[in-house]
Amino acid sequence: MNTAQKFLLKLLVVLTAATLVAAGCGNDDDDDAAPASAPATEAPTQEPAATQAPAPAPMDDEVVAAFVFVGPVGDAGWTWAHDQGRRYAEAETGATTLFVENVPEVAEDFRAVALDFIENEGADVIFGTSFGYMDTMEELASEHPDVVFEHASGFKMNDTNFGNYFGRMYQPRYLSGMAAGAMTEADQIGYVAAFPIPEVLRGINAFTLGAQRTNPDVEVHVNWTFTWFDPALEGDAATALLEAGADVIAMHQDSTAPGLAAQEAGARWVSYNSDMSPFAPEAFITAPVWNWGPYYARIIEAVGDGSYVPDAYWGGMDDGIVTLAEPAADVPVEVIEEVLQVWEQIESGDWDVFTGEIRGQDGNVVVAAGETMDDGAMLSMDFFVEGVVGDAAPS
Amino acid sequence: MSEDALIGLFVATVQFGTLVYLAALGELIAERAGVLNLGVEGMMAMGAVSGFMVGLETGSPWAAFFAAAAVGALVGGFHALVSVVLGAGQVVSGLALTIGGLGLAAYVGRNVVGERPEALFTDLGIAGLADIPWIGEIFFDQPPVVYVAVVMGLSVWFVLARTRLGLAIRAAGESAPTTDTAGHSVMALRSGAVMVGGAFAGAAGSFLSLYMAPGWVEGMVAGRGWIAVALVIFGAWRPGRLALGALLFGFTLALQPRLQSFDIELLGVQVNRISPALLGILPFVLTVVVLVIISWRYRHRPSVAPAALGLPYRREER
Repeated sequence: MNTAQKFLLKLLVVLTAATLVAAGCGNDDDDDAAPASAPATEAPTQEPAATQAPAPAPMDDEVVAAFVFVGPVGDAGWTWAHDQGRRYAEAETGATTLFVENVPEVAEDFRAVALDFIENEGADVIFGTSFGYMDTMEELASEHPDVVFEHASGFKMNDTNFGNYFGRMYQPRYLSGMAAGAMTEADQIGYVAAFPIPEVLRGINAFTLGAQRTNPDVEVHVNWTFTWFDPALEGDAATALLEAGADVIAMHQDSTAPGLAAQEAGARWVSYNSDMSPFAPEAFITAPVWNWGPYYARIIEAVGDGSYVPDAYWGGMDDGIVTLAEPAADVPVEVIEEVLQVWEQIESGDWDVFTGEIRGQDGNVVVAAGETMDDGAMLSMDFFVEGVVGDAAPS
Repeated sequence: MSEDALIGLFVATVQFGTLVYLAALGELIAERAGVLNLGVEGMMAMGAVSGFMVGLETGSPWAAFFAAAAVGALVGGFHALVSVVLGAGQVVSGLALTIGGLGLAAYVGRNVVGERPEALFTDLGIAGLADIPWIGEIFFDQPPVVYVAVVMGLSVWFVLARTRLGLAIRAAGESAPTTDTAGHSVMALRSGAVMVGGAFAGAAGSFLSLYMAPGWVEGMVAGRGWIAVALVIFGAWRPGRLALGALLFGFTLALQPRLQSFDIELLGVQVNRISPALLGILPFVLTVVVLVIISWRYRHRPSVAPAALGLPYRREER
């Protein structure tokens, strides 16, 4: 190789590296999506912390809240819902909020992002919104006792500065099932589901129980994709369910592909995470959705006035952390009235979804009449209720 | 299993087959010229995002399709520059293209994630033929990209097998010095093949974002670029066999969600109880099996792979 070629090659390597860095840190300077007033969304500086004098702690008593997201805020799904919560909390509390998107569930990646928030931005509280961050957050919490760490969907915590939070999504899932059960004409609903884990099984069961309330003959057919994000496969799984006879599609996935497939086939759709009606307006029925804002605002305020105490928070509809999207106009009024009645019962605590008598897929009673499943049993759920067609533990 | 479901299985087979066929056809051209390009996944991602963005902007799926092809060619050009012109390792450069392409696609598309697509390919419904039971729905009521893929497959076969250009391309893949001695520019032939290959991968990416799973989001290619690379080996570097392989791979991709909905018993075994997770790796298992068969069948003959595949060519070196 001659000198000119070597030079060109080196140049290319440098350019490629620069492109990759730009791609990596570009994700957080999301100037279109963020409120113009927020200085918060500036990209965290990339210089190694060692070369800098330790950043002085902010002199004012304004809380700096940092969010670490696993996906892009524009996904209309999981991360989008968390970002809506961040914006709500910022408006509500006046706190400065920061966020970084697309942080992989890799210890070093999370650590680098979190340390940057702590050392360079003076973060007082860090919210991590993906299960895989858990162990790293636990370590960081013990290394940085002055910073509060809050972990979504995890189960670890400590007594001082590390808590976890999640929502009882099964409650609005039940309500969405009621609407779906009323809307299916074939009495067959297809459910595109990611992985056979308790959270997903709980959602399918709650949805099915809700659908049976408005339609005793309904069957819910489950199709496992074994992926959280593969839109082509998710859409095709919905198509497969529709071809097998379903006329309503529900899902525990993050993409809108199942909804587009349903609309294409002239069928209906219950989305998830957020109100995805703009993507398939003709198919959309309703959706169980996340509403993280009030919780974030509460934690930020508690951190601000020093009253924060870690908790394993599993909030329900009574707290508003999970709710139901506005149903489509053609859902019959009497169905909506019934949904609202049940909503009221759930919110007041008079009744919850997994109240007996409930039978499993094999016909055996799993929750006796009058009894209500406790949280431990719900969190480790490993079976399907009667009326679900599919395998709760695919090999 | 209902008739609808069975027809649906084959409709999806053709669509998934088209997706991997287009990308694999591009890879085949590059490999026949002697250049291994492991960057298909990255080129497809770039095609998917740029096609989707052009589709949003222009409202025309065809403008999007050709823009995606152009971007794919450009990205492929990077691989040509590094591995053909500069003679760097093809494996490293290709892997860099996958990693860099995925990252760049995420960056470029960060503001259109979750946008609602308007310009989409729609099923053609070829007059007269689409109404034939079974066959009509499976073969004559598909999006236009399916037919483009058929035409491209025939064209690639014709050019490679029946033209002087094709002979020169194949020669570059078998023995670069011979090609050079015969007065052809190995660099031009190989670079051209890689860029055309990139165009195919980019176009395949736009089929994903404008039809298969309308919209753009990071990671939506989901490993299908790698299936395309495997498919070229499966197809023994021949466009025709590649088409059969693509349909077979498409079939396994379409089978994964459908087998769960079917109730099939074969020889006393409930077939639909096969794990969907296991089904997902079926295409790759198939590739290994076919590799074993090919290498056994041709054990007394020289390899079916282009002899100079993966070898950089520099005139002054022996």
